[in-house]
Order: sequence, then C-alpha cells, then structure tokens
Amino acid sequence: MTKAYAEQIHRCFRCGYCKFPNDFTDFNCPSYSRFRFESYSTGGRLWLIWAWLKKEIDWSEHLAKVIFSCATCRNCVEQCPMNFKNEIVDWIVAARSDMIEKGFALPKVRDFLNNISKHGNPWGMPRSKRDAWAEGIKRYRPGDEYLFYVGCVGSYEERGQRMARNLAELLDGAEVSFGILGVEENCDGNEVYMLGETGLFQELAEKNTQKFKELKVRKVVALSPHAYNSIKNKYPRSGVFEVFHYTQLLSEIIREGKVRLSELKYKVTYHDPCFLGRYNEVYDAPREILKSIPGIEVVEMKRTRENSFCCGGGSGNIVMDLLGGSTESPSRIRVREAYETGAEILAVACPSCMATLDDAVKDEGLEGKITVKDIAELVQESAK
Amino acid sequence: MEVTGMDRIYESLVEIAGEEHVSNREEELYIYSQDPGLMEPHRPDYVVMPKTTEEVQKIVQLANKEKISIVPVGGSLSLSGLVIPCRGGIALDLKRMDRVLEVNEKSRYVVVEGGITQGKLKAYLERHHPSLRHSIPDAPPSATVAGNIVIHGQGRLSQQYGFNSSMVTGLEVVLPTGEICKIGSCSVSPFWFSLEPLPHLAGLFFGWFGATGIITKLGLRLYPKKKLRDIEVFVVEDPNLVPDVIHRVTHTEMAEDIFVGAQPYPLIFKDIIMIGICITGDAEDELEFKRKMIWDALHTYIDSKEGGFMMLTPNIKHELLELPTSSTTRFADVVKGGGFEYCGPIIPVEKFPEAFKKLLEISSKYGITYGHAGRVIGRCHCMMFSFGYPFNRADPDNIERTRKALHESNVASLDIGGVPWKPEVHAQKMIMDKMDKNTLELIKRIKKLLDPNGIMNPGNWEVE
Repeated sequence: MTKAYAEQIHRCFRCGYCKFPNDFTDFNCPSYSRFRFESYSTGGRLWLIWAWLKKEIDWSEHLAKVIFSCATCRNCVEQCPMNFKNEIVDWIVAARSDMIEKGFALPKVRDFLNNISKHGNPWGMPRSKRDAWAEGIKRYRPGDEYLFYVGCVGSYEERGQRMARNLAELLDGAEVSFGILGVEENCDGNEVYMLGETGLFQELAEKNTQKFKELKVRKVVALSPHAYNSIKNKYPRSGVFEVFHYTQLLSEIIREGKVRLSELKYKVTYHDPCFLGRYNEVYDAPREILKSIPGIEVVEMKRTRENSFCCGGGSGNIVMDLLGGSTESPSRIRVREAYETGAEILAVACPSCMATLDDAVKDEGLEGKITVKDIAELVQESAK
Repeated sequence: MEVTGMDRIYESLVEIAGEEHVSNREEELYIYSQDPGLMEPHRPDYVVMPKTTEEVQKIVQLANKEKISIVPVGGSLSLSGLVIPCRGGIALDLKRMDRVLEVNEKSRYVVVEGGITQGKLKAYLERHHPSLRHSIPDAPPSATVAGNIVIHGQGRLSQQYGFNSSMVTGLEVVLPTGEICKIGSCSVSPFWFSLEPLPHLAGLFFGWFGATGIITKLGLRLYPKKKLRDIEVFVVEDPNLVPDVIHRVTHTEMAEDIFVGAQPYPLIFKDIIMIGICITGDAEDELEFKRKMIWDALHTYIDSKEGGFMMLTPNIKHELLELPTSSTTRFADVVKGGGFEYCGPIIPVEKFPEAFKKLLEISSKYGITYGHAGRVIGRCHCMMFSFGYPFNRADPDNIERTRKALHESNVASLDIGGVPWKPEVHAQKMIMDKMDKNTLELIKRIKKLLDPNGIMNPGNWEVE
C-alpha cells in the first residue's frame, strides 16, 4: 500500500501548520507536544517515511517508534493548508502497513496485534471474560432494536466497564430495546486498521459484519468512538445497518423525554474524542446532553471541537503507551488545560479518553480537584 | 568500555538538557540536516532542545571546550538552509523556550523567549491583549519570532514601521564564548522598552543568522490592533507603473501593508501585477476615508485605464487578509512537488520593473513556473522582491533547473543593485565578493572577536 503513496508523500512541504490548532494557541499534535523533536511532527514523520522509501535512512526501532507514536488524531488533516490534506493519515497508516509486512513493527505493536488476533482484545485477556462486566445484561436477539457494541476497552478496562454498565442501565431505564454480544463480541479493529494491519482488520470487519448479518442487526450503538468510526466508515456493506455513537442515542432519548433529569450542580468541561469529533463531526450531541442536565455549567477548554487536543490514547496508545511517561504526555497536558477552566468535572464520551485522562489526573496530583466522568455517568447521576 | 569523544559530548548534553531532549539518532539527525528549500543537506552530530538560558549557556560552553559547532534552530523555514549544520556539530532547537514573559500594555512591548513561534505569540496577544498586535510575517505560524529577527524578516506592519528587526526593544543573548549578555534598556533597567539611546549593539546579532550568538529572550514592539481590516487590490499590466503606484499609495500614509503579487497560474492572473493594499481602522468611516484617499491617489491610472481595482470575492479577501497567509505556503504545492524556494533581494522600489523582467526571463529560460510576492518596507524606502520558484522534490532534473534559476536570480539581484535577503551560504559569498573591502574586514574582525573558536553556525558570513 505504501508504494502507491510513494508518488505523493514528497508533497509535504513541512510547513508545520499541522502542529497547531487553527488559532495557533499551542502545539496540537500529540506526539510533537510529547517529544518536541521535529521528527515527531507530522511533517517530520512524512519526510522520514519518504527517506525510508528512498533508502536514505534504514529501518530502526526508533524510526518505528516515530511512525507508530502518531495517535492518528487527525489534527494534521484539520490544519494542513494543502490540497492533499485528507490523505495524510492514510500515508502514515500505509507506512505502518509496509513496516508490518516487512516484520519491522515495534514489539509493543506486534504484541498488541497478536493479542487481538488470538484473543480478540489487545491485552490478551481470555475471550471468556469479555462479558464479565455484564451480569444481568441481555444478549442481543434478532428483533432487538439496537446492538450495543461495547468494544475492547468497555469490556476489559475497569473504567470502560463502568461506562458500559452506566450506559446499559440508562438504556434499560429508558426502555430501549437492545442487547450485547457478550463473549461473542470481537474487537472492532479500529486500532488494527490505524496501526496498518490491513489483513487482520479485514478479517475482523468481515467476521463482525457476518455476525451482525446473522443476527439481523439493523442498528448498532457503540460505546467507543473508535468502534463507531470503524463500523460506520470502514466495514464492508456497512450501509446495511445504521451506526450510532451512544451520545447520539442518549441525546435523542433525552429529547424524547424518556429520561427525567434532576439538577446537578457541576461546572463541566467536555473533551472531544478524535474519532467522534474530527473523524465523524459529532460535536453537538455530547454538548446537548450536558446542557440538558439542569444546573450544569458547561465551559469550553482553549482547544475544542475541530481543534481539540487529543488525549494521546488513539492508535493503540491506550495499551502501548508510546506517548506516556512525561509531564508533557498529551493526557497530562489535556488535564491541565481542563483544570485551567475551573471545571470540577472533565466529561468524556470515549472509554479510551476516560482511562488516559483519569490516569493523568492522578499523575498530575489533581485528584479531588477535577474528576473525569463519562457523559452517561453524568446523565445517570442526574436521572437518579 | 572506553568512552569515546562523541559519547562524552552526548553524555554532557544529556546532563545539561536531560536524556529526552538530546538525540544522536539517525532519524533526528536526518530531519535537522535540511530545510524545505534547495540547499544540500548536512547532518548534525547531535540535536539538543534546551529549556532555559542557563542550559543554552552550558551547551555553548561545552561546544567551546570541545571546539564543535552549534547551529541555533528555530522553525527551519528560511528555505535558504541557514540552519543546515554545514560542519556538523550540535543543532540547538530552541522551540522548548517558548514562553511569553511579559506584556507591557502601556509601553506596547512584549518580552518572549527565543523559541516562541509566530503563531503562539499571535494567539497569546489575541487572547490576552486583543488591542495589541505584532508584525506577523507571511511565513507559516511555526516560524519563530527570533528566527525572523535574525534574518531581518518583514511582516504585515513593515510598510509602516520597517523591518521586523527594527521593532526589537531588547535582547538577551548567549555569546559564542558563553556569557549571557543583555542588550538595550534591559541591560540597565527592569524595562525592555528600547534599544536606544545606548550604543546599538543589537546589530551584532541581526542579519547574522546566529553566527554571533544565540538570542534567548527578546523584547518586541507591539502596535495598536484596529477593530477593522480590509484590502483593496490594484491591478496593472505594465511593471513599469508599479514603483509609481507604490510611491503614490505610500504618500497617503493610509495603508497598513502593501504587497505585490504576480503569477502565471491560474490563467486569470497571467500578465497582471497585483498590488495589495491593506487598510485598518476602528470605524467604517475611517476605512472609507482611507479607501477614498488611496483611490484618489491612483485615479489617473484608473482614468487612463492603465490600472484598476480588482473585484474581490469574500473568499479571496479572506485569504489575502489571513494572518499568516496560508496561500503563501500552498505555493509549495503548485507543481505538486512539496518544494518552494525563492531569492528575495531587498531592492530599491524603482528597480521593480528590472527585477520583474529578469524573473520572467529566468523562469522561461529554465522552463519552470514562478510566483512573485513582494513587500514594501517603509514608506517606499525599499522592498523585498521575491524570485519564487516551486519545485518538485521528487524530480532531480526539476531541482537542478530550479537551483540554476536561483543562482541566476541572485546574480540578477546584485546586478540591479539589490542585496539578497537571508542569502544561502553560496549567495553570502556572492555578496561578500561584491562588498566594500573595509566592510568585509569589519565583519571578519567582529566575528573573530565574538566567536574566537568559530563555533557559531559556521559557514555563514565567513570571510575568506
């Protein structure tokens, strides 16, 4: 795949617009913010890929780290002034694909992908534990209105599991007809795609699609924006079923009055997940939910919506953590930015963001000063 | 295991700046070996990213002790290879030093660290001091403020206030021998308001491309930011008219910025020269008055049908008023090649027609397309005239032809009486060949005095 892009990739001028949000207020590329060497900016990365293709530099583990540390947050696509901007992430994914084909992936990437291939999740946890969080939650049966697609983080990560439970309880309370796949659910493959393992992604996508077909699924509601993105935009024949992110469904339920909300006295700032915002332009639904809760004051961070600063968890980094380990890790920068707003709640709509930002609150010593909460959790709190 | 000299330097850099901020890995050396222009790459041996002036000082002291070169790096966007470490050594990336340290609203100046980008300063002022602005250049937002100063950059306010380097109010510099030196009022006072009335030492660093020291802090004049901004574009076909048009508009003293543009594509722009005239004001009446004054100044050209104002769609207007102008960056993709290089001499305004003629000749001779973007500096005191050529980084033949065109543009610039701006090492030699011998000797003496070991950005302004 990379070879096809080899004809185009030299077009990056390395102007550096990709490092910023649209008002230039600070650097907005997660890997550049973390490491600050030009090599970790999008332009630097594209120049290195081209140099590797031209054999001006050899493969090295460090080169692989530079290429795989991109969180594929799409800020570069949003900010690049050039006509080829929509292809930038594809070029990076293609280079990763080429590295994987040649056996040059980082060990962490290899483990991530192997675990998904063998166990259906990136941690290598048993498939039988996938529904350990879901006691009492109904399995999907043909005729149910929604398939609640939980995803790996929602199934295995403690905070993700809490999000999944909250949402399931809310849907149940609103008498929404839904079910989960339980142990039959597999990884959605969004990160597999972004890491360039196209063969494994196709396999996952085809199997999942087949499963949806067998179960006559017409509507999928995803907990994770990552799953929402892959199922909506990357799966074959995805038009057969509709795909929603849970904030879209929640927003509708609230609008229809199926959930009664009482006052919550919180000052809240909302963090846009990249795969919901920049990838799918869903910016309003989560905000509408927050604004529908009486008593909540919503304040925006400096970088928001199209210009949101990624938490750094994308492209497998929630597990591989190539951007962690520093005060300049994106999640810590983001938490500081949230805290600056004076908000006591940092609201999220993505289990990966939930985990990375919650860890960052602890790393920053901000426990008790700002708390990361999922939007569904806030709705549930208000609905009690 | 024996510690080699190179390892020892690496270890020392790690001790100064921390392991995460030092690299001798191939990937960083590759990226810091080049800029997006046409100059031949050359790898540094190390890349280091200090956070404080004291760290910069220690790195300079280390380089002096070890007799290795240092190249201070900002946005790497001069395009003329001014931060290519042509003798290896240490590439010192200043962009971690990017704080705004002080804004004095009343005296209208800002003090910033040496690695702050144009974009970040702009955003900071818009957010915290919306009535103030700085003279932002047309370089991408990742260009640094200090980088622009050391190349005598120009910006949107240069027509009113001169080169951006003349807007500096103070400097903190790490000298090549390691001393931290303050220049201007800040050397005797807590205020960074002016370089004057002291001996003008700042000139030891402006236009030197980091060959005489590393700017770690600088004070910069800020200017009133008006509520409204608009642009008119006056169009002529005859390049001989351009100097007089500029002369007349500058006489009105109504313009914020005056720039000149010409390009063969898209075809609607072929054979015309556009003179962009930006105006600002706090009220629509003020803008209207300025428009009227400018129209009146040019009415004879309109009456004779030798020139006229162009209708601008909202999109074009937005693009021309954008700060910085992203369309300048997009020029690099005109031939879908990711490359863009220009020779931008500073010339007397009356030399525009000659320079323009040469641009067309050179572009035609080498079969490459061109783009001209000029900026008036001062009230017609001089202008930057760019011989701009997009090129294809994947096409060696195109690169070679563009290199020849660039060389010929440098020759033409000097022939018409101009001086290449931010010249590449090769063009610096061309300038020095033509330079008064005593001036040359002065440059040599100053360089030797400040940098006895010749460690600072060697190759630049090196007198044989």
